[in-house]
Amino acid sequence: MGMTEKQLKSSNKPDKEMPLVQYENVTKKFGDVEVLKGLDLEIKQGEKVALIGPSGSGKTTIIRMLMTLEKPSGGVISLNGEPLWHKKIGDKLVPADEKHLRKLRSDIGMVFQHFNLFPHMTILRNVTEAPIHVLGLSKEEANERAVDMLNKVGLGDKLDAYPEQLSGGQKQRVAIARAVVMHPKVMLFDEVTSALDPELVGEVLQVIRDLAKETDMAMILVTHEMDFARDIADRVVFLHNGQIEEEGHPEDIFETPESERLQGFLSRFLNT
Amino acid sequence: MTWNWEFAFEIFPEIASAIWLVIGITIGAYIVSLVLGLVLTFARRSSFKPLAYLTYGFIEFVRSTPPLVQLFFVYFALPAIGISLNKYAAGILTLGIHYSTYLSEVYRSGIDSVPKGQWEAARAMNFSKIQTWFRVILPQAIPPVIPMIGNYLLVLFKETPLLMAIGVGEFLQEAQLIGASNFRYLEPITIVGLLFLLLSYPSAVLINKLEQRSKLGFGTRKN
Repeated sequence: MGMTEKQLKSSNKPDKEMPLVQYENVTKKFGDVEVLKGLDLEIKQGEKVALIGPSGSGKTTIIRMLMTLEKPSGGVISLNGEPLWHKKIGDKLVPADEKHLRKLRSDIGMVFQHFNLFPHMTILRNVTEAPIHVLGLSKEEANERAVDMLNKVGLGDKLDAYPEQLSGGQKQRVAIARAVVMHPKVMLFDEVTSALDPELVGEVLQVIRDLAKETDMAMILVTHEMDFARDIADRVVFLHNGQIEEEGHPEDIFETPESERLQGFLSRFLNT
Repeated sequence: MTWNWEFAFEIFPEIASAIWLVIGITIGAYIVSLVLGLVLTFARRSSFKPLAYLTYGFIEFVRSTPPLVQLFFVYFALPAIGISLNKYAAGILTLGIHYSTYLSEVYRSGIDSVPKGQWEAARAMNFSKIQTWFRVILPQAIPPVIPMIGNYLLVLFKETPLLMAIGVGEFLQEAQLIGASNFRYLEPITIVGLLFLLLSYPSAVLINKLEQRSKLGFGTRKN
């Protein structure tokens, strides 16, 4: 699976290190609809990549396949050089079993558009449940880690509240804390501000900005917030119709977009 | 023939003495149906397709044949293939299996009401399948259907006279015997109805209370 010309151009740094995430000729069909048509994409250790594009361009599908919520129809996705949806047996790739998926999934975290907090657990338990039962931390360690993180997102006073008692912005901040305490190597953000009232968007974006500065986690952000994408991303990828139309440094993408489609897409955002 | 109080008082203890047997059978069958219902629910959702289809077929079969026929099958027909159960075990098992198919439908409706995002969040948090079921899905699926689950306890309880058909000495069987030997059925059968009312009504009130509590929702519940 060769890299496209554009990708070669965009990766200026010498590419000796293995990419953290690699998509090779990945396709995805839902019934007859082909939402991804041979995607090649690499994300480096610690890199922050924003995926932008019109709805239906396949950007959410890209991260959902990495979170193992959606199975690719073709191609190979690798994490740390190891195929995610396949197992290597000798030279052959066979479909991965749940055990293999679970092993690789431990390096991936995700924040959803609709938060998906567990409504029957307190905020603290939402954040400690997986560290205790998946990572095997002691209750004390998990609590410490969770309280620390909840303080960071400004919700240290809501430990005993239930999700339904929080605003959308607060829920999303809990969801971010819940994913981060698992110490993933790559965090996926799926339009995390799209379901929020406009006045609550800022607080959530700020938390992600702070997080991006502090950690060496890689981040893949599907977003419609162009200023945010520009701010936070090392690289912006513009998708159209299941393919990468253009990618590059945020400044290049937003200041001097090359393709007509990207120019059109951006002008619609700037005009509103 | 008029109501005879003296006769009624005389036979009441005799009929009521079956109370522990009836309660025992009801609880036994209910436990079987609660547990087996959950097993059926899981089996029906199994990714191993033959098991899922087989379970579906079993549920439909049990639901569309009369419990009395099933009872006779278990008690009279199964010994022919080497499975002999005493009448109590046969009764508990038959009622338990019959109601497990209804309870599995109840569980299923509860599970279907849990949003897809909860499954995805559980996956993203890397919970195992068992953890996903018992930590995320069932705690949300069960509370809303507790009233329905409770209701089946009452329905099952009222089904126990069926076991008279294989000679289990529950209320109706006792009443029938007394009636036959005294040529008076008015008092014994009335007492049976009264006993069912006395036991059902408080249970219904209790289940109603449970329902109120489960309506309070998650936010106000501390666990």
